[in-house]
Amino acid sequence: MRSFTYERAKTAIEAAAAVARTPGAKFIAGGTNLLDLMKLQIETPTHLVDVNGLKLDTIEPTPEGGLRIGALVRNTDLAADERVRRDYAVLSRALLAGASGQLRNRATTAGNLLQRTRCPYFYDTAQPCNKRQPGSGCSALDGVSRQLGIVGVSDACIATNPSDMAVAMRALDAVVETVRPDGAGRTISIAEFHRLPGDTPHLETALEPGELITAVTLPPPVGGRQIYRKVRDRASYAFALVSVAAVIHQNGTGRVAVGGVAHKPWRIEAAEADLPRGSKVVTEQLLADAKPTHDNAFKRPLVERTIGAVISQARS
Amino acid sequence: MADPSELNVNRREVMAGAGACAAVAVAPLSAGAQPTPVETPVLTQVSFNVNGQSHALEVDTRTTLLDALREHLRLTGTKKGCDHGQCGACTVLVDGRRINSCLTLAVMHQGNTVTTIEGIGAPDNLHPMQAAFIKHDGYQCGYCTPGQICSGLAVLDEIKAGIPSHVTADLTGPVQLSEAEIRERMSGNICRCGAYSNIVEAMTEVAERQG
Repeated sequence: MRSFTYERAKTAIEAAAAVARTPGAKFIAGGTNLLDLMKLQIETPTHLVDVNGLKLDTIEPTPEGGLRIGALVRNTDLAADERVRRDYAVLSRALLAGASGQLRNRATTAGNLLQRTRCPYFYDTAQPCNKRQPGSGCSALDGVSRQLGIVGVSDACIATNPSDMAVAMRALDAVVETVRPDGAGRTISIAEFHRLPGDTPHLETALEPGELITAVTLPPPVGGRQIYRKVRDRASYAFALVSVAAVIHQNGTGRVAVGGVAHKPWRIEAAEADLPRGSKVVTEQLLADAKPTHDNAFKRPLVERTIGAVISQARS
Repeated sequence: MADPSELNVNRREVMAGAGACAAVAVAPLSAGAQPTPVETPVLTQVSFNVNGQSHALEVDTRTTLLDALREHLRLTGTKKGCDHGQCGACTVLVDGRRINSCLTLAVMHQGNTVTTIEGIGAPDNLHPMQAAFIKHDGYQCGYCTPGQICSGLAVLDEIKAGIPSHVTADLTGPVQLSEAEIRERMSGNICRCGAYSNIVEAMTEVAERQG
């Protein structure tokens, strides 16, 4: 690990300003992903701003009837919150499908949104990777790509976003609240928050330098059967090959977002009108522009079957 | 059996010595392959309570909680397995919650209360969970065991507190103890010897006795 200086921030604005004015500075909250990457020297911050002391760890009702989740609410606490379990079950289920109990106790809501890909070539510092070292090339295109992306990919990067939580938040139309170094706040819809790789895969979110996530808000409950179905190589403690976050109403209409297939949670609202017609037509639209590799072509039928399973489960 | 502490050389010292030899043997090779930049360590103060005792430490900012426990406080019961949060051998309780001590910095725990395996029980005063692991053969080599026991205790508390898991059928109802619940919740603790079914038996016995 590279050497770094360290400070504990007292306010969100102070934290944002500290990261903005210090070249190479980063926020640290749970640290479960950042420290892993620092040990491998994939992340080499020169200064860490510890935000754990900011009072951003509560879940409050919003005036509109939704929930405002503080950036520092731990994954365990969000999944276990009674209101989330009752009204946003897909979010609770997605969180519980991710990581281990120990990691969920540390990992935060904001940190989960910012976690980096688990593409094996991003982790292997001996190999080219445009995300880790812009312009160096992508080893995954001709490499072992079984876990990697099939849609929204580019010639520069086929990495996937590893988050389960974000897939559920995409289905729920969550909104990310931030504060910028000058103290101004703004909101970013979850749809706009994560970027596609294009030719700048090292830029993963809409956040500006020093911009700090303070909360994620959920709109009022949408009801329906809420299901998160994750398909993976092990029954527990493994990243998704494909996952589906769905809200299905009694008349068969609903929403569906897919994880494990793209650089961001994958949802195409226009495709959802066909949910009552079954998974085949929906998947055709969701993956119309898919460019799978030889290794991960199986993900297309897997998406269709997983959506099909979710629709059946919702009817049962 | 003799108390290991009475012996002049114990397994821990032999292992520490072997580790040092191995480090010397490989150092010239890795140094030649990729020169490591010389960096000035940044030192910082942190104080926390471990197993009922307060400690004030001066550590390199890079020091993980795991390394602070093992290298600074010589509490080597907590094990370093993968050092990347994948195996669970480093599991400790911080303010009563289980975490991977390898994926958190010591300096981030100012004022916290840490419990390690040394604070849970001792050879002459075993915690019921430790006794149950022995009774049910919940280990073979024992390397993952301190993490398994810390995690096991926290899992029973989490079930009692009604925290749901991936296998909890009804999110809005109470959480019932079951083999499936224990297996799912313990998935972050890897046992290379494969003592899993015996660990489940040990935890089940403790849970049933707790009622």
